[in-house]
Amino acid sequence: MIMQVQAISKRFGGLQALSRITIDLPEGQILGLIGPNGAGKTTLFNVINGVYPPEEGEIAFLGKRVTGKPPYHLAKMGMARTHQIVQPLNDLSVRENVMVGACFGRENQGLSQAASTADEVLELVGLGPRRDQLAASLNVAEKKRLELARAVAARPVLLLLDEVLAGLNPSEITAMLTIVRQIRDQGVTIIMIEHVMHAVMNVSDQIMVLDYGVQIAEGTPEQVSKNPKVIEAYLGDPKLAERFTRRPAAEGGPADG
Amino acid sequence: MNAWRKPGLWLPLVLVLAAGAWPMITGREATREVIFTALMSVALASSLNILLGYTGYVSFGHIVFFGLGAYVGFYMMSALNMPLPVAALAGGLSAGLLAFLLGKAILRLRGAYFALATIGVNEAARAFVNNFHPFGGPIGMRLNFRFYDAYGGAATALWTTFAILVGLTLVLLVVSYLVKYSKFGLSLLAIRENEDAAQVMGVVAPNAKTWAYVISAIFPGIIGVLFFFKNGNIEPTDAFRLHLSIETIVMVMLGGQGTVLGPILGGAGYQRLRGTLLVTPLFKDIQLTVAGILLLAIILFVPAGIVGWLRGRFPMLRRVLE
Repeated sequence: MIMQVQAISKRFGGLQALSRITIDLPEGQILGLIGPNGAGKTTLFNVINGVYPPEEGEIAFLGKRVTGKPPYHLAKMGMARTHQIVQPLNDLSVRENVMVGACFGRENQGLSQAASTADEVLELVGLGPRRDQLAASLNVAEKKRLELARAVAARPVLLLLDEVLAGLNPSEITAMLTIVRQIRDQGVTIIMIEHVMHAVMNVSDQIMVLDYGVQIAEGTPEQVSKNPKVIEAYLGDPKLAERFTRRPAAEGGPADG
Repeated sequence: MNAWRKPGLWLPLVLVLAAGAWPMITGREATREVIFTALMSVALASSLNILLGYTGYVSFGHIVFFGLGAYVGFYMMSALNMPLPVAALAGGLSAGLLAFLLGKAILRLRGAYFALATIGVNEAARAFVNNFHPFGGPIGMRLNFRFYDAYGGAATALWTTFAILVGLTLVLLVVSYLVKYSKFGLSLLAIRENEDAAQVMGVVAPNAKTWAYVISAIFPGIIGVLFFFKNGNIEPTDAFRLHLSIETIVMVMLGGQGTVLGPILGGAGYQRLRGTLLVTPLFKDIQLTVAGILLLAIILFVPAGIVGWLRGRFPMLRRVLE
């Protein structure tokens, strides 16, 4: 297990954002995290990632207890993430943005090594031609890719992707999923929050469903999409669920979900 | 290190060296005094720039390090009869130590809260020195005139102080350049742009900010000792002038925050303007008002300062002005 989350809870005032969430994450998998808006998915990332300490529960990463450790500590251990609301370093170039990831991530690279890592990763996400522009000048889709590039440049062992597909058009989604699979194939474990249902069903090995901060289901995409609780709480209409799981096959995409 | 071939490094050094050599060649004391004031501003602005320009933290208490360093160094010279270099070094280190301790306490505050805390620090330091008897309390301390004999008499001592200030400014500019283009500098820029995102990427923000604060505090500490060594006496009202902190911010903003060259243009330019205003009857009493209006105008119209504006206007200058 690369990461074990043991019954963590998080409250914001009167709002129970997370209640007793447990995750056992094996190495090399993609775990899809789904749930309606406000279900607590990003909060779960923030707790795993050390942005907020949990009120209850324990988190172990790479066999070490990391509950309440700050984000930079986890980043150095090999955890990287992207943000749902993009957080570019606006006044720095695209390349410098990615170099920050490489310099202060797991490998603690020096500046010149980080520069070549950055160029390599920017090619991977298709931002190579934009590398000398200021990050502020990118459009939203490019900023999403910049988020991904920064996270990947850290050479993480665990990558948390928070809605990297949101706001992308269908061909961009296909391109992004290819990149995500490539990263997984390099041995990186991934947790991804996603609303684009056919994409997450397609790419994930396991799915976990949150609703009002409660873990209501988990399993393979197949099992989850047939779980009546999920259909009721999340999808509403059982037929809609069926359509989501069939869609990638109908499009002729690889059906490894 | 091929940094020496970069115009972004040697252009600032050549400017300062030329300004420093000028009075030494002509031998004119009036010119020396003008350049001394200008260089002091350049050095204060450059050191503040490491915190304000690179790290993005606005400090209204930069002059605390100037005042405290000066007091420590002055005490060592007047009471313990230590030589100037030792006193200057002690002044710098004590300012650095204060920044280290302060940083641990107040650098967790962000934005306006940090800025407010630094004002509090300024007032606290002045109140402390006012009531601290070894430092002479409100009366301050003075150097025995005989102290200058060790430096070839008072006249020569003034030239020596000037030469040390030129050297110190050069060192500071090299430090400023190296900080900006190092991995440490990259972490500071990342903190300036988005501290939370930087921490998620692994930047150990509390440490990076503290060291930036320490580096930016050491130089004013040394400069304070030089200034008051030259002055011959020190008082709390002279050492902790809050408006000097604000003027230093104006200089950094005027020249271009976050650039190596900017504080040179800003510091020298502001002092030139201030000099002109002080001898103009209409403005001589309201020169601080003019500084305030200037700051307002910069923030409204050229937030990137002179260097930032030039870089934006003439892209070919980007390789030269850094």
